[in-house]
Amino acid sequence: MHQTFNAALEINLLHANQTGADSNRAHFDDWGITCLNLMSSPGAGKTVLLEKTLASLNQEFKMAVIEGDMTTELDAQRLRKYGVPVIAINTGRSCHLDSKMVSGGIHRLEKEYNPYEFDLVFVENVGNLVCPAEFEVGEHLKVALLSVTEGEDKPLKYPIMFQEADCLLVTKIDLVPHLDIDLQRLEANLRQMNPHLTIIHLSAKTGEGLENWYTWLRDLPKNIKG
Amino acid sequence: MHETDMTKALIVTVRDWWEAQPERVKVAKIHLIVGKFTCVEPDSLQFAFEVQTRNSFLEGVKLAIAETPLIAFCHQCQQEYQPEIGLQYSCPTCHSPMEDIRSGRELKIDRIEYCSEFELEKNASNI
Repeated sequence: MHQTFNAALEINLLHANQTGADSNRAHFDDWGITCLNLMSSPGAGKTVLLEKTLASLNQEFKMAVIEGDMTTELDAQRLRKYGVPVIAINTGRSCHLDSKMVSGGIHRLEKEYNPYEFDLVFVENVGNLVCPAEFEVGEHLKVALLSVTEGEDKPLKYPIMFQEADCLLVTKIDLVPHLDIDLQRLEANLRQMNPHLTIIHLSAKTGEGLENWYTWLRDLPKNIKG
Repeated sequence: MHETDMTKALIVTVRDWWEAQPERVKVAKIHLIVGKFTCVEPDSLQFAFEVQTRNSFLEGVKLAIAETPLIAFCHQCQQEYQPEIGLQYSCPTCHSPMEDIRSGRELKIDRIEYCSEFELEKNASNI
């Protein structure tokens, strides 16, 4: 007979990712950068929102984008037109960005630019409502997008994403007249699990509500402390 | 398939522990605690673990996954309740939002069962 021993580890499975995320955040803090992690399902409008934001706030903030795209540089090419650094991270077949991938992006930002010049870095995550919610990348706040075509039940089905979010953008609101979505019910579903969530309704197409998003961005230092 | 990444992280952590042991040990079982309110599917984790440990020091090692339920505490009612994932997260009694999660977010390597290889060899030579 041989004796069996037990070693208590009690280590989080995502420990390594968390350590990497903390280190990324420390870099951003050193440089005076606020980092936002943008997450949503594919097609909710992350890239178009960034296009509008980069175009409108170019004079106010020095911005950069770390772009997670599964296999292409399509989104990165769209955003480069606005004259801001866009660092594309090809995630291969991975369904989310992790802190190590974003760390690669941060090193490129440091090498190719002067990171102290930047105010805001947007990390555009891979379109997916499940995995990105579990992997911190070093962001200060999480911004989730939910388009009105996705339906009001999504927060109930993918609760972790919406529970972790600091700001929720309800996108494509210009389509509401054509849909059966119940916006009040959507908000009630969100508040069930995230009562303090900031909710902003907008349409990148018509521009409605974009000013509220910009105001939220301008108030970021306050929001982070809060 | 983020379970693939989680499994990689699990193997790295166990390898670090294994290499830090003063003598060679044989891992028998790894105990994980996975909350119901996470994005991790235990079956996918089992599958990924089996595939990724083939031909490694962890080949054939059992993965025991204990799932913990989602339990929230309602401060209004001063009591715990179990939200129904996918349906209802607010308190069933007073409908206050789910704010204080007491269980269900765990993603943890709890403990490792192992035996000393030296003893294993000793036993084998006695047979």
